[in-house]
Amino acid sequence: MLRLTKKDISLLVVVIVLTMLAPFLLNPFPSDSGLAQFNAGYPDLMQKFVIFGIFAIGFNILFGLTGYLSFGHAAFLGVGSYAAVWMYKLVSYNVLPAVVLAVIVAGLFSVLIGYVSLRRSGIYFSILTLAFAQMSFALAYSVLSNPSFNLTNGETGLQVYANDPQIFHGDHLPNFPHLFGLSMGSTYKMAAGAWEFQFNVAYYFCAIFMILAFYLSMRLVRSPFGLILRAVKTNQTRLNYTGLNTRPYTLAAFVISGMYAGLAGGLLAATDPLAGAERMQWTASGEVVLMTILGGVGTLIGPILGAGFIKYLENIFSKINDNVLHQWFSFMPDGIEDLMVMIIHPFVGKGWHLTLGLMFMLVVTFLPGGLVEGGQRIKTWWANRKSSDKAGKPASTPAE
Amino acid sequence: MDAILLQILNGLDKGSAYALIALGLTLIFGTLGVVNFAHGALFMIGAFCAVTLQKVLTLSTISIDPEKKDFLGQPLKVETPYVHNWFGEATGSSIIEWSVPLAILFAIPVMMAVGYAMERGLIRHFYNRPHADQILVTFGLAIVLQEIVKYFFGANPIQTPAPDTVSGSIDIGLMFGFAENAIIYPIWRLVYFAFAFAIIGAVFAFLRFTTFGMVIRAGMSDRETVGLLGINIDKRFTFMFGIAAAVAGLAGVMYGPINPPNYHMGMDFLVLSFVVVVVGGMGSLPGAVLAGFLLGILESIASTAWATTMIPGINQIIIYLVAIIVLLTRPRGLMGRKGVMEE
Amino acid sequence: MSSFTPNRRSLLKGGVALGAGVAAPTIFTGQSWAASHAYTNAPQGGSVTLGFNVPQTGPYADEGADELLAQQLAVEHLNGMGDGGCLNTFSSKALKGNGILGKKVEFVTGDTQTKSDAARASAKSMIEKDGAIMINGGSSSGVAVAVQGLCQEAGVIFMAGLTHANDTTGKDRKANGFRHFFNAYMSAAALAPVLEAELGADRRAYHLTADYNWGWTQEESIVASTQAMGWETVNTVKTPLASTDFSSYITPVLNSGADVLVLNHYGGNMVNSLSNAIQFDLLNKQVNGKDFKIVVPLYSELMAAGAGENIKGVLGSMNYNWQLDNEGSKQFVKSFGEKYGKPPSNSAQTCYAQVLLYADACERAGTFNPCGVVAALEGFEFDGLGNGKTLYRADDHQCFKDVLVVRGAQNPTTAYDTLEIVNVTPAEQVTYAPNNPLFGGDEASLGTCNPGA
Repeated sequence: MLRLTKKDISLLVVVIVLTMLAPFLLNPFPSDSGLAQFNAGYPDLMQKFVIFGIFAIGFNILFGLTGYLSFGHAAFLGVGSYAAVWMYKLVSYNVLPAVVLAVIVAGLFSVLIGYVSLRRSGIYFSILTLAFAQMSFALAYSVLSNPSFNLTNGETGLQVYANDPQIFHGDHLPNFPHLFGLSMGSTYKMAAGAWEFQFNVAYYFCAIFMILAFYLSMRLVRSPFGLILRAVKTNQTRLNYTGLNTRPYTLAAFVISGMYAGLAGGLLAATDPLAGAERMQWTASGEVVLMTILGGVGTLIGPILGAGFIKYLENIFSKINDNVLHQWFSFMPDGIEDLMVMIIHPFVGKGWHLTLGLMFMLVVTFLPGGLVEGGQRIKTWWANRKSSDKAGKPASTPAE
Repeated sequence: MDAILLQILNGLDKGSAYALIALGLTLIFGTLGVVNFAHGALFMIGAFCAVTLQKVLTLSTISIDPEKKDFLGQPLKVETPYVHNWFGEATGSSIIEWSVPLAILFAIPVMMAVGYAMERGLIRHFYNRPHADQILVTFGLAIVLQEIVKYFFGANPIQTPAPDTVSGSIDIGLMFGFAENAIIYPIWRLVYFAFAFAIIGAVFAFLRFTTFGMVIRAGMSDRETVGLLGINIDKRFTFMFGIAAAVAGLAGVMYGPINPPNYHMGMDFLVLSFVVVVVGGMGSLPGAVLAGFLLGILESIASTAWATTMIPGINQIIIYLVAIIVLLTRPRGLMGRKGVMEE
Repeated sequence: MSSFTPNRRSLLKGGVALGAGVAAPTIFTGQSWAASHAYTNAPQGGSVTLGFNVPQTGPYADEGADELLAQQLAVEHLNGMGDGGCLNTFSSKALKGNGILGKKVEFVTGDTQTKSDAARASAKSMIEKDGAIMINGGSSSGVAVAVQGLCQEAGVIFMAGLTHANDTTGKDRKANGFRHFFNAYMSAAALAPVLEAELGADRRAYHLTADYNWGWTQEESIVASTQAMGWETVNTVKTPLASTDFSSYITPVLNSGADVLVLNHYGGNMVNSLSNAIQFDLLNKQVNGKDFKIVVPLYSELMAAGAGENIKGVLGSMNYNWQLDNEGSKQFVKSFGEKYGKPPSNSAQTCYAQVLLYADACERAGTFNPCGVVAALEGFEFDGLGNGKTLYRADDHQCFKDVLVVRGAQNPTTAYDTLEIVNVTPAEQVTYAPNNPLFGGDEASLGTCNPGA
């Protein structure tokens, strides 16, 4: 019924189950244990996981399939956020129209940039997209926030003020992004023994979008359209010689992935009604590139894994300070405790960038296919182990 | 008129830094086919060679001066650099003062070694990998290098002043018949420009007039054939990586007196230098240099008052705007070769 | 394309069951976090958690590190460890060194990266995950405004760190947010009389301004107060934030006829623009028969260190300097200096004071409820935290206290006295009406305090 193969359906089901149960799965450690530091099951981070997951899935449609490496995708995310917040400011805090507008605006913006940039390929294309994004960032940061024409509110970020029109906003509605009155900030906390699990409306709202986005990208990859895109990656010239004009296809891929970015931007604004210019900076564009490569270019699940990996490091490792380290190692004798803290200290807290950099290097060096390859290797190893247990069978079962 | 001349000087100066970094990037790219995102970090490490040398030269003995008090009201600890003790105060001070020029001697072997280690230890394994992987690994390396520097030197900028005799500014307008005070320019910036010019000249001369350089150029245009001729091109390319690292490092050393180095200065230049390389045309050394100076000058002119009143914000976007215009009118940048990095 | 029908029913059933499971507990709570308590993150058990949100990566990492040292010191003093610091000199005697309201003070830290998004993410993680009841720290106004807005929505108190733009307590003021640090208007008001005395009333000023919100508010404030005393503004030029080399902005100054250069830059921008100005020998010039001067309205110790020799003779203003001679300041410098081996910076001092002020307000209010804390802080007058007599004004949650005008010292003896205090401008001179047009005018309002749940 979903027009998917069995294998894809099982993957989709796995993704659905994982995202739906994330509040449990990401909170494996009891709240008062020292390891609670590693829990990621709080609303903000879970939202970031799925939103950047969407961003990376979309990016992968362009980069993974066609091989066109855009270095300016953050511009679409930023534009989406601005569109959504403007919707809040002018119409109402309802997230649905805001997200829809975000996708539309990002789509239009990507038609514009894509049309121009796709006239070139390879690194020339990358630099064109980078240039457009950096221009958008610079303008949003300063020029477009001048007092007479304040479109972006510059450094502080666009936000809703009490004197904004908000024509459909009523007193009975929450003063926060909401879905027909259900506030995005609502969280149901479930205490279960030493654990506390948080179920947040915005998270599930975004998670549903991510599942849809994932399903859509799956369908896209398996469609004839996806086949053409992959042919573009393999040999565009040959494709052109067959009489096929590839430009409309690549442009379509570009716009689709731009709309994904816009969706992610809109959802960011749905979880938090503020849109800052730095979302468009080249570092943000670079981040999604890194997420995709880290997870596994061209794979379905890879980009989501990459996004989760980077956001986890950013939010969890940066919060580990010396105090926490001393707590962890307090069971050791004083001298050894201090030594352990000294060894780990440079990699956490203010040194989390160092861990990030090392991880990039290690993953790409030893797992050329990204995290997905890591998963496959474990699977292979597991399968081999199991099959070698069964003495009769040869241990050469090819792993998929 | 003199305002424009001044801006052209500023542009040449900025362009010098862009050109030197872009030159190294293009060398690495042209020889090894590697997109090196850690090149900005090499520039930064060069600058910190000067910082390190300055720190080493100011290593001090500590004596207590009971006359003076520190901020807690305790006797002040007075630091006297060892070089003062060894060479006397006057000579000692001037050695410390010349630490930036001295750092050039120190930086060349250090940067060559860093470049060599990078190529042999890491980049070598990525020759046959997709460009995306090269970007990821070199970007990771750049972050690691940055963080190591931050760990030892902090995040705050550190002054590395030029020696007294070449700091301050001179009235170069007078030499060319302009009115007094019309064109005053800092001496060190002129030195930087001349230095960049010399380095660029040396690299080109090396490639053009030595046999080694000839082999490199041959390798750049057709690696396979050169290999078939029985020449160990890999070894030479590794050497070129060292050269490229040294060029970036020297650009960094000399940049210190213009703007005090900090650990993220490489990232500030990274994106810009990629734009420069691409505008110049992938794989073209003269293109990289030309684009560096061109973008430097345009950036300076765009920041003048009349440019910003004409088009608000033009100073923020000029480089990217020029990049777009160039790439749309000349598909392979100013002097790019066909087929390089286009797939 | 295999058919999936056999499983559809069960899948649907599962989906319905899952939906019902999620929807069943109907205790959705307004827009916030905790359920059964009167306010967000009401402390449970014997401890209370504060969130210290400072830049730990990026260009302001050192500033953040300094803030964190001060915050840790404050926690120590609150918990009755160390020498008690300013608890000894604080005019309010509510704090006993036994934590806050008898609860031991614990803290969590986060990295703002000096980006609004990242700062909000780390503040949210401290609120949602660690149960932080107050957020303190930061070193830029963009971040301060962004995090202040978040704290207002979440129902926790925000005690701003270093933030100098007028907007933080101007058009973006929030009931749950408090600023101890001074602002651009105060800098201008404090600098103007000193500039007039030292440079005369007949000067022509050229402004270079960082092209973002803080830069604009500072330029606006300085232009207004210098023009009021008779200066002429030759030009105001915006420089891109990402600039590293300011030569192309400095050269036009030479022949513009200006005799004062005002650098509305902060951090790395200021270090570079000042260094570039010195390279062009501006300070050795004579224009209009007067010595050329440079003014940096907002100074910090780290900027002074970064700019090195170049700051000699350059005037600016500060919120606090360790050389300030009063009981609170001396006590704080002693505690900080003995623990960390260096005197505190002004961003460290503001964070230290903010943590103590928050704790004291909780004690006096007898509750951690943000609305109680807000009421206790509004209109609170105090002394003994280093800045002398200070008022937390109720109308906009801005502290009013003396402002320091400082100058780069000609002959510093150590790395720490590179700045010397020129004048201590009394609070009355820098006070303004809450509805001042530079601060959002009549439209600006705090809103009401939000206790969250």
